[in-house]
Amino acid sequence: MSTDTHAPFEKDPGSPRGTGELIRLEKVTKRFGDHTVLDNLDFSVDTGKHVTLIGPSGSGKTTILRLLMTLLKPDEGTITVDGDRLFPASEKQVREVRKKIGMVFQQFNLFPNMTVLRNITEAPVTVLGMSKDAAEERARELLEMVGLSEHIDKHPAQLSGGQQQRVAIARALAMRPQVLLLDEVTSALDPELVAGVLDVLRDIARSTDITMLCVTHEMNFARDISDQVLMFDSGRIIEAGPPEKIFSEPEHDRTREFLSAVL
Amino acid sequence: MKWDWSAVADFMPYFWDGLLVTLQILVLGSLISFALGLVWALLMRVPTRWVTWPVGAVTEFVRNTPLLVQLFFLFYVLPEWGITFSALTTGVFAIGLHYSTYTMQVYRAGIEAVPVGQWEAATALNLPLRRTWTAVILPQAVRRVVPALGNYVISMLKDTPLLMAITVLEMLGEARLFAQQQFQFTEPLTVIGFAFIVISYLASLALRALERRLVH
Ligand SMILES: Nc1ncnc2c1ncn2[C@@H]1O[C@H](COP(=O)(O)OP(=O)(O)O)[C@@H](O)[C@H]1O
Ligand SMILES: [Mg+2]
Repeated sequence: MSTDTHAPFEKDPGSPRGTGELIRLEKVTKRFGDHTVLDNLDFSVDTGKHVTLIGPSGSGKTTILRLLMTLLKPDEGTITVDGDRLFPASEKQVREVRKKIGMVFQQFNLFPNMTVLRNITEAPVTVLGMSKDAAEERARELLEMVGLSEHIDKHPAQLSGGQQQRVAIARALAMRPQVLLLDEVTSALDPELVAGVLDVLRDIARSTDITMLCVTHEMNFARDISDQVLMFDSGRIIEAGPPEKIFSEPEHDRTREFLSAVL
Repeated sequence: MKWDWSAVADFMPYFWDGLLVTLQILVLGSLISFALGLVWALLMRVPTRWVTWPVGAVTEFVRNTPLLVQLFFLFYVLPEWGITFSALTTGVFAIGLHYSTYTMQVYRAGIEAVPVGQWEAATALNLPLRRTWTAVILPQAVRRVVPALGNYVISMLKDTPLLMAITVLEMLGEARLFAQQQFQFTEPLTVIGFAFIVISYLASLALRALERRLVH
């Protein structure tokens, strides 16, 4: 693959698709026991857009990201990414489609038994078949981008939460996903470390054309980076629109209540 | 009763023979129990009852019957079926097998203690299942279980004299033989008593060093 030679986050220019709709959920239902968390949800995201999911705790935001990452399976409905089925689909197809998706978790989930460098190169080498040199070269570029070059040989336990989360972002980007899923990536951080992580994400949002799906309670950040904001309540989208509209003149009472509680 | 240094001196050649056998049993038995226990623990995670049920039943049975009975069984019954090994080989296998049913529980706890987020990160990075086990889960699980495995090594050391029952001349066997021939019990038994303490102390030092190396 020639992708190793590109700059850290340029998109693969040879992609035959690349425009229009990237993610589509159709009539997706997810239950835990007899608790229906998502009920017949329809929802799509266009290529290159930055979509922020907001809403009260328990409204199903994480569930959507986990469905897309195939950490959960829906009970009903279909999910497609870049025209390919992610659900229902064979294990083999899931593995193919999953290459297009990267995720950053609230708790970082770095591999504590590996150095920062290995954390980032492990998957490109074993999954994409990149050479070790090319993977390390790219890891260095990504670490420079997230401002952690001097920590390349450390283990995660030697880093602060904010630094770990920036490594986790680099690790996800190393796979050159088309979509980046971000689930409350600053919620587990001490307040003084939040800004550093958000700055890195702003940078990525500005300088790349990666599609972002982001769950966050950082409303200023959401306002800055989002093309679209979706307000969730009880597993349904009750309001959607550009950030200026949702944050300044929300239509729904629930949205107004929610925003006044978090802002 | 008086202490006779010349009896100690007379016993020493036999002691070294016995020590060598005891250490062989301990080292090989430990290695078998570490390897086999991991195999059991992994088989118990295969998502079909056709695997977990037999493995669970056999290991439960072995864990809950006395090692001495297993030694006799393997040493006296297997040859009737035409399977013969030396007493030492049989003993090492029996003790390794017996202890593997304990180490499997240690591994299971270690594997379950790896946070679910590690599995999720591996999935998100599309790592193949095999690679997830070998590069992510097992290194973390094994690191956690070294102290518990070490405790079983010490227990195993204290069970090695049971192999005397199937004619293996480890330290106690040598001491008993010497005592019966010379009518001097105190000296050989005291010597091997100290030897057991020294071995378990050295083993615990070695395990602690290993632990420190693993916890990076
Ligand atoms: N593994 C699970 N088992 C049972 N219930 C779950 C599980 N995961 C999430 N839920 C429930 O699903 C609902 C939506 O959860 P989630 O998607 O995490 O919401 P959000 O991210 O918006 O706070 C909640 O009521 C939560 O309790
Ligand atoms: Mg959530």
